[in-house]
Amino acid sequence: MSIPNLNTVLCGIKMSNPTVLPSGFLGTSKSLIKRVADNGVGAATIKSVSFKAREGHKNPTVIPFEGGMLNAVGYSNPGAEETAREFSNLKEVPIPVFASIIGTEPDDFVRVVDKLSANEFSAIELPLSCPHTPGFGLLAGQGTPESTGKIVSAVRKVSKLPIFVKLSPNIPEIGNLAKAAEDAGADAITAVNTLGPGMIINIEARKPILSYKVGGVSGQALRPVATRCVYDIYESVKIPIIGTGGVSTGRHAIEMIMAGATAIGVGTGIYERGIDVFRKICLEMEIWMSENNYNSIHEMIGIAHE
Amino acid sequence: MNEFSSFDQPVMMKIDKIIDESNGTKSFMFRHKLDYDPGQFIMVWLPGIDEKPFAVSYLGDGFFGITVLERGKFTKLLHKMEPGERIGIRGPFGHGYSFPDSIKNGKGSVCVIGGGCGMASVTVLIEKLQENNLTILMGASTSTSLFFKNRYKDITLFTDDGSEGIKGYPTDVLEDLHNQHRYDIIYTCGPEIMMSKVYEFCKKHDIQFEASLERYMKCGIGICGQCVCDGQMVCKDGPVFDLQALSKMDDFGKYSLLKSGKRVSLNEYADWRSC
Ligand SMILES: Cc1cc2nc3c(=O)[nH]c(=O)nc-3n(C[C@H](O)[C@H](O)[C@H](O)COP(=O)(O)OP(=O)(O)OC[C@H]3O[C@@H](n4cnc5c(N)ncnc54)[C@H](O)[C@@H]3O)c2cc1C
Ligand SMILES: Cc1cc2nc3c(=O)[nH]c(=O)nc-3n(C[C@H](O)[C@H](O)[C@H](O)COP(=O)(O)O)c2cc1C
Ligand code: FES
Repeated sequence: MSIPNLNTVLCGIKMSNPTVLPSGFLGTSKSLIKRVADNGVGAATIKSVSFKAREGHKNPTVIPFEGGMLNAVGYSNPGAEETAREFSNLKEVPIPVFASIIGTEPDDFVRVVDKLSANEFSAIELPLSCPHTPGFGLLAGQGTPESTGKIVSAVRKVSKLPIFVKLSPNIPEIGNLAKAAEDAGADAITAVNTLGPGMIINIEARKPILSYKVGGVSGQALRPVATRCVYDIYESVKIPIIGTGGVSTGRHAIEMIMAGATAIGVGTGIYERGIDVFRKICLEMEIWMSENNYNSIHEMIGIAHE
Repeated sequence: MNEFSSFDQPVMMKIDKIIDESNGTKSFMFRHKLDYDPGQFIMVWLPGIDEKPFAVSYLGDGFFGITVLERGKFTKLLHKMEPGERIGIRGPFGHGYSFPDSIKNGKGSVCVIGGGCGMASVTVLIEKLQENNLTILMGASTSTSLFFKNRYKDITLFTDDGSEGIKGYPTDVLEDLHNQHRYDIIYTCGPEIMMSKVYEFCKKHDIQFEASLERYMKCGIGICGQCVCDGQMVCKDGPVFDLQALSKMDDFGKYSLLKSGKRVSLNEYADWRSC
């Protein structure tokens, strides 16, 4: 039997396999992105960048639990200028790299896009969906069709790169929001960001563990929600979806693809299975696909809808 | 007593005893089993305040301890705590010191160099090397900052100001000591500038070398990328790295990330850390 082909094309971007490093995981430096590439990832997203540097919340910022992870990192990043320097010469990285850009007003996004315009990013991701950072995402009211439309149109005007809009699983009518993003010019939807916020209390300390008290839920606990979001969005839009949330095995990835995803984000899975989780997932996908007579990713996208 | 000996989430542990080690350095002891390899670290949580990494400096059957130099807000608060109070501990994390064949079963010559509170990270290691021909060097800025000086029978002390022991750095005497002992491996933890001098020395003389790096940490579990040093996560791949790994890490001895993720010179990093 021939080896199944994991190649994927996302908004014209060629990927050797559908796995993507989501923003916030190891995307702080070019050296780490290269390392993740060596471990088989198909494409990578850098840590979200704002115009000015941010220190983020105090520690503890990340806490694992039985169902995944809770985090409130608070968008720490060195700012647009420093990020442009760190990710210069992206040709040295053998995979497509996506810039994750955050801001409060549409203009803030535009200023960051401008600073990064000379870098060789393959796409821009706009996470309008963080549940735990004042001034950004949900806490800035960015999870509405109006606000999403405004930000996407503003960025559309200043960049020719594909734009991915990253949505929150908290949004009840997520298909409508995805449609608003598509109408405003988005080229793909990343679904989803973390769920929540949630809270974990240490009962002996009688205090929430995260310094910010609440944080976004990722990993296993998020996966069924994420899969349903991808399924709903697939019914509402024509643009491709990067299914993200709790994927850590080849079976999970195929499940997301069948729900409608073209590419698959794997973040918390790195904690569960190590940095080579991408290679493991690809191998597991290949085995499952050949056992079940699928030759390409393309044949499986959205087939749970049939 | 807890049946587990490593923890994903912070577990509140009672401070059993506090030892004054030197001017500004205290050890905090816990009656808890800890599954710890020398060189690994634990994350210490003061609820509602912050969380920071520390090496384990005392380890025994059903107990362990950490040794902390009072520096910023976090360590000041920790220093105010009393026995009976509780703090959160998660870990141990990371990859500790290794024991190459050349020094197994008491064979071989070993040198351990601790600089400042880096000494805390090499004590459990030293205890594992008691059978070897072992040289212990400790450097500190001044006499009152030295600690653990009575914990080992053979330890050579250095102070920057000459107020105790030899005036100067431990690295000043390495050449002579190596001629005498022909070291198979040198382990070190301390200021990175000191460690990079020892690294250069070991490279030149073809001696095995392991150093424990310090980077600002957030997750401590290898997912956030805050502690990166040239593609390596100090919290997960380190904090201990050997000569081969360090030779590929251009940032070693030069750059580190601030809390925002900005990559700066080690001097700028040290200025930020000390306030
Ligand atoms: C894995 C790890 C675990 C750690 N665990 C702890 C811990 O448990 N507790 C804690 O409080 N901190 C810990 N730290 C913090 C770390 O040890 C300190 O940042 C570092 O040792 C500096 O300490 P200092 O301020 O005392 O050093 P300094 O006062 O700057 O220097 C101490 C000595 O190092 C030598 N030295 C300095 N500069 C040079 C030079 N240019 N050349 C040669 N020698 C030099 C000198 O002898 C000097 O006196 C840990 C660090 C690491 C890497
Ligand atoms: C520690 C951590 C940091 C994150 N930082 C970001 C971020 O900066 N920007 C962003 O868009 N998403 C961020 N996320 C969300 C992830 O990109 C991803 O959408 C989410 O974790 C779900 O995927 P997973 O279950 O595979 O981890 C972060 C998640 C975690 C756990
Ligand atoms: S502290 Fe997060 S990767 Fe090391």
